[in-house]
Amino acid sequence: MANYTNFTVETDSDGIALVTWNMPDKSMNVFTEEVMNELEQIVDQTTADEAVKGVVFTSGKETFSGGADLTMLQKMLGLYEAKRGGNEEEAMRFLFDNAGRMTWLFRKLETSGKPWVSAINGTCMGGAFELSLACHGRVAADSDKVKMALPEVKVGIFPGAGGTQRVMRLTDPQSGLQMLTSGQNLTPKKAKSMGLIQEIAAPDQLIDAAKAMIKNGLKPVQPWDEKGFKLPGGPVYSAAGANLWPPAIAILRRETFGNYPGAAAILRAAYEGLLVPFDTGLRIEQRYFAQILRSTEARMMIRSLFVSLQELNKGARRPSSVPESKFTKIGVLGAGFMGAGIAFVTAKAGIPVVLLDRDIAAAEKGKAHSAGLMDGAIKKGRATAEQKEKLLSLITPTVDYKDLEGCDLVIEAVFEDSEVKKGATQQTEAVIAADAIFASNTSTIPISALAQNSSRPANFIGIHFFSPVDKMMLVEIILGEKTEDKAIATAIDYVRAIKKTPIVVNDTRGFYVNRCVLRYMAEAFQMVIEGVPPAMIENAARMAGMPVGPLALTDETAIDLAQKIMKQTIRDLGEKAVDPEQFKLINTMVDTHGRLGRKNGKGFYDYPEKPAKKHLWPELKTLYPQQDADSLDVEEVKQRFLVTIALEAARVMEEGIVTDPREADVGSILAFGFAPYTGGVLSYIDGMGMKKFLKLAADLEAKYGPQFKAPKLLADMAEKGETFYDRFNPYPTADKAA
Amino acid sequence: MADAFVYDAVRTPRGRGKKDGSLHEVPAVRLAAKTLEAIRDRNGLDTSTVDDIIFGCVDPVGEAGSVIPRSAAFEAGYDNKAPGMQISRFCASGLDAINLGAAKIAGGSDEIVIAGGVESMSRVGMGMSGGAWFMDPSVGLPGFFVPQGVSADLIATKYGFSRDDVDAYAVESQRRSAHSWEQGYFKNSVITIKDQNGLTILDHDEHMRPGTDMQSLASLNPSFVMPGEMGGFNAVAIQRHPEVEAINHVHHAGNSSGIVDGAAAILLGSENAGKAMGLKPRARIRAFTNIGSEPAIMLTGPVDVTKKLLDKAGMSLADIDLFELNEAFASVVLRYMQAFDIPHDKINVNGGAIAMGHPLGATGAMILGTVLDELERRDLNTALVTLCIGAGMGTATIIERV
Repeated sequence: MANYTNFTVETDSDGIALVTWNMPDKSMNVFTEEVMNELEQIVDQTTADEAVKGVVFTSGKETFSGGADLTMLQKMLGLYEAKRGGNEEEAMRFLFDNAGRMTWLFRKLETSGKPWVSAINGTCMGGAFELSLACHGRVAADSDKVKMALPEVKVGIFPGAGGTQRVMRLTDPQSGLQMLTSGQNLTPKKAKSMGLIQEIAAPDQLIDAAKAMIKNGLKPVQPWDEKGFKLPGGPVYSAAGANLWPPAIAILRRETFGNYPGAAAILRAAYEGLLVPFDTGLRIEQRYFAQILRSTEARMMIRSLFVSLQELNKGARRPSSVPESKFTKIGVLGAGFMGAGIAFVTAKAGIPVVLLDRDIAAAEKGKAHSAGLMDGAIKKGRATAEQKEKLLSLITPTVDYKDLEGCDLVIEAVFEDSEVKKGATQQTEAVIAADAIFASNTSTIPISALAQNSSRPANFIGIHFFSPVDKMMLVEIILGEKTEDKAIATAIDYVRAIKKTPIVVNDTRGFYVNRCVLRYMAEAFQMVIEGVPPAMIENAARMAGMPVGPLALTDETAIDLAQKIMKQTIRDLGEKAVDPEQFKLINTMVDTHGRLGRKNGKGFYDYPEKPAKKHLWPELKTLYPQQDADSLDVEEVKQRFLVTIALEAARVMEEGIVTDPREADVGSILAFGFAPYTGGVLSYIDGMGMKKFLKLAADLEAKYGPQFKAPKLLADMAEKGETFYDRFNPYPTADKAA
Repeated sequence: MADAFVYDAVRTPRGRGKKDGSLHEVPAVRLAAKTLEAIRDRNGLDTSTVDDIIFGCVDPVGEAGSVIPRSAAFEAGYDNKAPGMQISRFCASGLDAINLGAAKIAGGSDEIVIAGGVESMSRVGMGMSGGAWFMDPSVGLPGFFVPQGVSADLIATKYGFSRDDVDAYAVESQRRSAHSWEQGYFKNSVITIKDQNGLTILDHDEHMRPGTDMQSLASLNPSFVMPGEMGGFNAVAIQRHPEVEAINHVHHAGNSSGIVDGAAAILLGSENAGKAMGLKPRARIRAFTNIGSEPAIMLTGPVDVTKKLLDKAGMSLADIDLFELNEAFASVVLRYMQAFDIPHDKINVNGGAIAMGHPLGATGAMILGTVLDELERRDLNTALVTLCIGAGMGTATIIERV
């Protein structure tokens, strides 16, 4: 056998070739151009070699494979775009052929005439699972570490290497569609019950079990290549099919609001593919795959949700000069809801936490929050009692500042009051080391102002969590005027340690995220005042891709908080800083009707006892004359939400508050779920094109007011033909090299 | 252009569309053949002069497939020269068959056309012809497919009709239908279905439940909660009509059209053909048209098509003496009355499909015959016939007595 860079091939005395995938210099196997070339050679050689009776395919790493290297897809798209300048049809043919590379490679393997068995020893994702499905035998190791999935839909694409065709021919169509459209992880047990794998073996018996399948006469022919093959769910056009497809389509729309062409393509490829022979089905899938690859949604989602997210998680913004921080002990000041949450996520990362509050009962209560969260996880089978004990043992509740001695980092989450924070800062700095970092979790007070309380402003920084801390994946790191690199690096290292995503933001009122969220809510308040039916406000926002309607979100965060913020803004910036009609609406809700939000069961919604569902407060419609729903342009209502948020993000970029478009995009999706199909706030603008966006903003400004006034930056970018990723290029050195 | 006239109208009684229905033993083609026989025998028609037989049929598969009016002509013993054609525009097929026949006569290609429809819902199940409309994601997604019952509930929710409103409408439909049967208002059109020995199989609409009251309807559970909630269709409906927060499910078997078997046929002809046949025209087809409407709410097409048709015909609502709108669901009629401010005593005056049933492809022809009988009985002049249609369409026809 030839030598391969990424594989070893060893044929045993039974004539079974063991192909082990083990890429050098990579922690995980992924499909690259080279991997596919080598795999094709292996298929050719094992097929031609009469001594080879069958092939077992496995991985030499702890995981099986992460699937296709998405940057390879990005590269392929780049080549396609470049070729389009010449002959459009040729460029399309290039993309189509490339989109089918894995498809037909796997098909070749599948029809080689020799039995192939995939021995799945660890996490097996995307293209790797599709390769496994093309193997005649599939056996997975009996281990928690083994997860199988076709997760492509989560980054805007879909399983395009036979996944939609093989899954639908192996398992009942309902589970198949569910698995494909959700990208869910399957345990070996689940995969076996679905018929996607045939066997589960003890991890150390995996290869033997795979070889045994071949020795026991595994037929090198897939069921769909046999005469008389019947679909697991029966024919599409049958009573069973009529019960399946219409609701499947409806549920897809319910879940995606029609915003995700990749998810729709799964259904389309599956449906059309089941009506034709297998090879034709593969070709249909390939056509959709090439189409979806070209979609703006796929381009933006791959960039933000895969590439940028990974880069930020790896600390893309970390000053490289500072050595990596190791955390031996972290202090959390204030054991309220936020402080308790911070203590939990810190202890969960295995870092000892000192949780300090003014009285010990409060500190203990803060620790109990962690116990409660772990109990919930145990109930769902996601944690063990042992893990709970270990986590709780890491949290030390206290009232004594002396216990903070030795902390590498102290995070302050006390009451939002400058005086209270001042005291906490000074008492802490009295005991911690001079080079320890002090961070504030404030959401409302500028970091530079708080840093004035510090004797070491260079070590003072903001680490802004979102509520609930255990669920929200984004953390804003706020830089004060005097914050230095060591503090930035420490904060980023900490956020990475707790497995959240950091974005670095300069100091300003509301930082980045809250400025955007307030715009979202304000637009909804204005719509209420205009007499847009409240249900349409909420539904349109969700149809635009937002996870929670703006009125529901206001209820969650409390309407009286909105009132407080408005009052504070007026105090700080003057009457004109708040729209008087919106102020009146909020005052009416809070002062006249006592509607504070979810917390008192009365907000824009009513919250009846469970199991009844929340529903909009009926009286809301009587506060303002209602417009005729059929006369309203729902598309425009949807756009108002996305555009007002995107404009605020553009202002944030113009002001230099956020400097890296990856952070603005990823942050917007993780923090407030900004329409993920757009790739985030700035990618929304880039995807639409700046000229078109400016026209839309101008139209909305003329109709609805100055919140839609575009910052000058955008006009300048339009003139120069720049995108945000051109203007604020996050890869300047890469560009120079190229 | 020549006028097209109605010379005769017949229909079968409507049998319950289940295995225990009286017409379940009668093949679909025979229902159609019986109406063709009646048209021929009542009018002494020389069937070699028939230019076309156009029948609507919504599920033209299995025994109803292969151009059912042509097959029916064989069974009825028509001359070979009378050709046949089957059409579908879902629930309006029977009326569209008439409109198409009228168009052929008006256009001068045909002199005599028999138009009608047939559906044996007990023998060929609803939806048996399948279709990309609801099965193919490339159609269902952009088409906002939802089942009609959910659409009917959406109409009720959007336009503010309560469970009591729709039930009260259903009670009145039953009352009017029973009254009309008692008074013999249908006897001119309804033919008796007999066996080959002359024994009666069915001579009345057997779906009716005279004496239905609010109390008996109140005991029925709404039918479309499951598909709406579990099947995801409520969400689809709301995405198309986002001012609706939650669908109020009000329809059930008692206020929706009945599933039945039946057929109907209309004898259409030009003025000259009538003279040649020696028949007096009963009505002129004054105007007709079609429209597509928003498909998720689906069943509001009659409102849109009525506006279009009145405009085309240069008429106003005041010119219409009687309205006949198929009672697919109570909310469909309530919305129509609300949109045009039509008093209940001018619409569906003899009851409708909630009581007597809706044999899909045949209904359009049935209700045109019903309202023509009523115009004559009341000595009124003009009627507008319309139906709501699957996938969001509307068909309407105005007839006037001559």
